[in-house]
Amino acid sequence: MKTNANVVIIGGGISGVSIAYNLAKKGMKDIVVIEKEYLTSGATGRCGAGVRMQWGTEMNCKIAKESISFFESANETLEYDGDIEFKQGGYLMIASTEKEREQFLKNIELQRKLGIEVEFMNDPEMAKKYVPYLNTEGLTCATFCQKDGHLNPFLATDAYAKAAKKLGVEIYTYTEVLGIKTENGKVKAVITNKGEIQTEIIVNAAGGYSKQIGEMVGVDIPVYSERHQILVTEPVEPMQGPMVMSFSLNLYCQQTPHGSFIMGRGDANEPRDLRITSSWQFLDEMAKTITNVLPPVGKLRFIRQWAGLYNITPDRQPIYGKVDEVEGFYLAVGFSGHGFMFGPMTGLLMAEMIMGEELTVDVSMLDIGRFKRGELFLEPSVV
Amino acid sequence: MVKRLENEENTIVCRCSDVTLKELRDKIEEGYTNPDELKRVLRIGMGPCQGRTCGMIVLRELANYTGKSMGEIKSFTARPPVLGVKIEDIAKALEGGDTDENQR
Repeated sequence: MKTNANVVIIGGGISGVSIAYNLAKKGMKDIVVIEKEYLTSGATGRCGAGVRMQWGTEMNCKIAKESISFFESANETLEYDGDIEFKQGGYLMIASTEKEREQFLKNIELQRKLGIEVEFMNDPEMAKKYVPYLNTEGLTCATFCQKDGHLNPFLATDAYAKAAKKLGVEIYTYTEVLGIKTENGKVKAVITNKGEIQTEIIVNAAGGYSKQIGEMVGVDIPVYSERHQILVTEPVEPMQGPMVMSFSLNLYCQQTPHGSFIMGRGDANEPRDLRITSSWQFLDEMAKTITNVLPPVGKLRFIRQWAGLYNITPDRQPIYGKVDEVEGFYLAVGFSGHGFMFGPMTGLLMAEMIMGEELTVDVSMLDIGRFKRGELFLEPSVV
Repeated sequence: MVKRLENEENTIVCRCSDVTLKELRDKIEEGYTNPDELKRVLRIGMGPCQGRTCGMIVLRELANYTGKSMGEIKSFTARPPVLGVKIEDIAKALEGGDTDENQR
């Protein structure tokens, strides 16, 4: 294990390895990624694996759009020896209340302004051209974007990790951060269960555990973690092209390229802690919703359920950048359930910030200071 | 080092996801040394049997490579359900109705 590094990144999910890869590509030397278990053992490997441009804030739309462009050619760009299994089957968003319909209209106006091609279906029956077995009873409208889709989080992270290693990045798995040393208001070293690494730059990309990492340097990050659950069915022949998603019905459901269906929903009553156990309450609610909205999917056998942590900010947008209290401490946290799909841009933008370059997408408004300034832009479209 | 066999690509170790012994050993040699990691890169243990068939094979292979005993290696995380269940049967049971399973 190195005892000195230029940059230490905490967290071996897609954010961490993407930041490492982008820094190395820009010529930064001596980069270390520290992961307490194995790569993707946290939120990345537990996510729903969907990627979409259909967001409700300008920042989320832009970050998602650029990230999806990257995924389109990621196998080649990262020179991956496998396949990240990217499929652009689209997202079909369905509204079931008048309020949600109004939100969708606002969203597509913004999305179209940003060059995102979205179809609006005033008559929900029209949505059947994408999902013929959709139960449209009670729906008020639908939108569709063909560029949205799905990819394999394990292999996408593997692709970044392998590309980063080729550029000299060292990744220490099964290594836990126990503390951070600071001196005169600057970061000095990361203390792990396997030794200490001197460094002047630390990136907190610890996902569900980002708040605990912040506490190690006395920075109070306004995030909390919350369990979100998913279930998956046995694989079957292709029968559903797009992801079906609804905020009011509290549902997302997609058939993966592998053939299995992945589906999830949130629970507003979930306690704010770090548990990732599975519950029967989730299964009950999920089963009721899916049997109603997508009846043929209800005929499939589910074979596994699991959970992961959303790391949630007050406005459901990520926090990127430096902190005031400690020099050299950077944040890439608070993804609020969409850190995987933002992975490519998180890596590029954080690398640009650390290298002092101009940002490809100006995300300066997503700094931690926005919470003190009260400049929040709430993302309305999160399941 | 484990002696590689000639016919590894024709030996299926995971029937649900069609993973061969060659693929499994290649990944172990690449450095994936935990059943949960292998599951994520190979899909081994993610199928309908949930690792009941392949789980012991993965442990045995890892034991051979690492010199640890099978008991020292943590197996796949066990997750519900025990057996595959039709989603609509869960919904029907909640309504108190008959399901395919309880009609048998």
